[in-house]
Amino acid sequence: MSTPTPTRPARPAVPGTAQATLLVAEREILSQLRTKSFVVSTVVMLALVLGGIVLTSLLGDRLGGGDTKVAVVPETAAVVADVDGLEAVDAADADAARELVESEEVSAAVLPDDAADNPLGFVVVGLDSAPEGVLGALSVSPPVELLDEADTSAGVRYLVSILFGAVFLFAASSFGGQIAQNTVQEKQSRIVEILLSTVPPRALLAGKILGNTVLAVGQIAAIAAVAVIGLVITGQDDLLGLVGAPVAWFVVFFLVGFILLAALFASAASLVSRIEDTGSVLMPVIMLVMIPYFAVIFFNDNDLVLTIMSYVPFSAAVGMPVRLFLGTAAWWEPLLSLAILAGSALLVTAIGARIYSRSVLRTGRRVTLSEALSKSS
Amino acid sequence: MLQLDGITRSFGDRRVLDDVGFSVERGKLTGFVGGNGAGKTTTMRIILGVLTRDSGTITFDGEPLGDHQRRAFGYMPEERGLYPKMHVLDQITYLARLHGFDRRAAAERARDLLEKLGLGERLDSPVDDLSLGNQQRAQIAAALVHDPEVLILDEPFSGLDPMAVDVVLGVLQEYASRGVPVLFSSHQLDVVERLCDDVVVIAGGQIRASGEKEALRRQYSAPRYEITSGGDMGWLRTEPGVQVVEFDGGYALFDADEATAQRVLRAALDAAPVAQFAPVRPRLAEIFRDIVTDEQRHDDEPAATTPKETVR
Repeated sequence: MSTPTPTRPARPAVPGTAQATLLVAEREILSQLRTKSFVVSTVVMLALVLGGIVLTSLLGDRLGGGDTKVAVVPETAAVVADVDGLEAVDAADADAARELVESEEVSAAVLPDDAADNPLGFVVVGLDSAPEGVLGALSVSPPVELLDEADTSAGVRYLVSILFGAVFLFAASSFGGQIAQNTVQEKQSRIVEILLSTVPPRALLAGKILGNTVLAVGQIAAIAAVAVIGLVITGQDDLLGLVGAPVAWFVVFFLVGFILLAALFASAASLVSRIEDTGSVLMPVIMLVMIPYFAVIFFNDNDLVLTIMSYVPFSAAVGMPVRLFLGTAAWWEPLLSLAILAGSALLVTAIGARIYSRSVLRTGRRVTLSEALSKSS
Repeated sequence: MLQLDGITRSFGDRRVLDDVGFSVERGKLTGFVGGNGAGKTTTMRIILGVLTRDSGTITFDGEPLGDHQRRAFGYMPEERGLYPKMHVLDQITYLARLHGFDRRAAAERARDLLEKLGLGERLDSPVDDLSLGNQQRAQIAAALVHDPEVLILDEPFSGLDPMAVDVVLGVLQEYASRGVPVLFSSHQLDVVERLCDDVVVIAGGQIRASGEKEALRRQYSAPRYEITSGGDMGWLRTEPGVQVVEFDGGYALFDADEATAQRVLRAALDAAPVAQFAPVRPRLAEIFRDIVTDEQRHDDEPAATTPKETVR
C-alpha cells in the first residue's frame, strides 16, 4: 500500500526521568498553592504561632514579670517602696485603701497593724484570698543551694517536647494525607494511565514526593522562622539560644524523615482505587506518624525511651531535637541518627517505588502487598 | 504501521487475550470492535505499555515497540481521566510539557488545540465544571496535544453529541491523512462501519476478522444479488446453483456465485427488460451482529485469582 511518510516538524526530545520528576513536582506544588484551603490554613497556623508567642510573653509579664499594684497608706509606704515586683498606689487612709482592693484596682493593700502579736507592724489586706504574689514579695526566705540543678524545668521540657511532636504530627499527616489523596485521585480518575504512557512510574512517584516534601519543609521552615521572629520581637532572645539549634536540626530531620513517610503514603495509597478505601491502607502509616507524638508526650522524662526514639527512623525527627534541647545528646549523635534515617529513607523509597509501579495501574479490588512485591505482575 | 502478533494475556487463570494479531496502517482509521469484555481495552493498554503481555510481539514500522517510541503515542483511556480541579488549559499544557515542549510552546499548542475542539471559551474552567461532552473534548485534546505519531483511542465517540462526533472525527481524519496510524475502539459496529477504513473484530479475546472494510464484507458474506425485472421472476427458484432469499413478483434477492449470477441476468434479459441488477453486500453490522456481543462479566469469580482489572 502507499505509505505516506509523515513529514512533520521535529518533535522535542522526550524529557528524562529527572526532568519529568521536576515537572510533576511543580504541578503538585502549584496545584496545592492554588488551593484556598491550603493557603488559608497555612496563614492561620503561622498567625497562631506568632500570636501564641506574643500572647505568652504578654501574659508572662502580667503574671510574673509585671509589678503587682498594692495600695499603701503614708504609714506603710516605706514597707513596699523598695520591694521588687510591687508597685505602690498611694491611698489617703485605710478605708480608701480597702476600697481600692474591693474595686480590684489593686491586688492588695498594706495597712498598719498595731496588734501586739504582729511583730511586722503591718497587715496585708486581700479581697477573697491571700494575695500570694504580694506575700511572696514581702516575705524573707533563706538563700537556697541546689546540689543537682536541672538544666530545664519539667514544664518547659514538656512544652518543647509537645511542640516538636505536634508540629511533626500535623505536618507529616497533612502532607502525607495529601500525597495519598492525590495518588488515589489520579488512579480513580484514570489520568494515571495517560501520565504513565508518557512518564515512567518512578518519575511520577519521585515528583510527588519531591513536590510535597518541598511544601511540607517549606511550611515547617516558615513556622520556625515565624517562631524565631516572634521570640526576637518579644525580647525572649534567651529562649532562642536554647531552642535555636534543636529547631534547625528538627527541620533537617523532618526533611529526610518526610521523604520516607511520603514514599510510604504514596505506595500505600496506590494499593487502592477509590478515595473511600484509603482509610484502611493508610492506617498503619498513620500509626507510624502518631507514635512519636504520643511517645514524646508520655516519655519526655525518660531518657532511655528518648534515646531509642532518637535513633528509630520514624521518630528520630522528634526524638533527636528533644534530646538536643535537653542537652542529653552528644555532638555526633544527631549525625549518626541522620545517617540511619537517610539510609532507611533510601531503602523505603526503593521498595515504595516498586509497590507503586506495580499497583498504580491495577484498579478495582485492593492490591495486596504480596502481589505488589511479587516478581511477576 | 503498527503490527501486533500473537498477543496473549491472562488475569489469574482466565485468558482474556488469545493470540491477538492485527495491524494498524498509516493513513487509515482502524476501528476496533467488540462487545464489552471482548478484550479491546486490555489490547490497547498492552499497546501503550501500561499493561504487560504474557507473550507476543508488537512492532512499529518493523521494529520492536519500545518505551521510547511509546512516549510519542497519543492515548485516550476508556474511563476518562483528567485532574478534576485543574483548569483545562493548565492541564493540557502540563501534559504537553511532560512530552518535552517548553512552557510557552506547550501553552500555545494546548490553546490552539482546545480552540479547534470548540473549548476556546472554557480554557480557565476546572474540568469538573465542564459538561460531559466538553470533558470528552478535553480528553481528546490530552491525547493529541503532543502531535502523536500513533493514536490509540478507547471509545472516543461514546457519550458525544452528533456535532462533537463530527468535530472529533474531523480531527482524527486529519491525523490519519498525515500518515498517523489511528486505532479506536467501539462496541458499536455501525459507528465503526461508518467512520473507518479498516476494521478489526474481537470477541472472547480472539480476533475474528480484520482488514479493509469492503474486503471484509466480500469475504464474510455469501455472494448475494438482487434483480428487478419487468416480468415474473418465478423461474429463478428452479435455477441450479441459485438460493432465493426473497421473492416478490419481478423482484428477487438470491445467493449465487458470480458465473451463475451472470447466467441469471442473461436469462432475465431474454425474458423481459431488467430494471436493476446489482450485487448486495450486507453491512458489517449485520455480518458480525452475532459475534459482537457482550461477554459475561466475571466480577463474581473468586477475587483471589481474578483481579477485576481491565476486563473490557
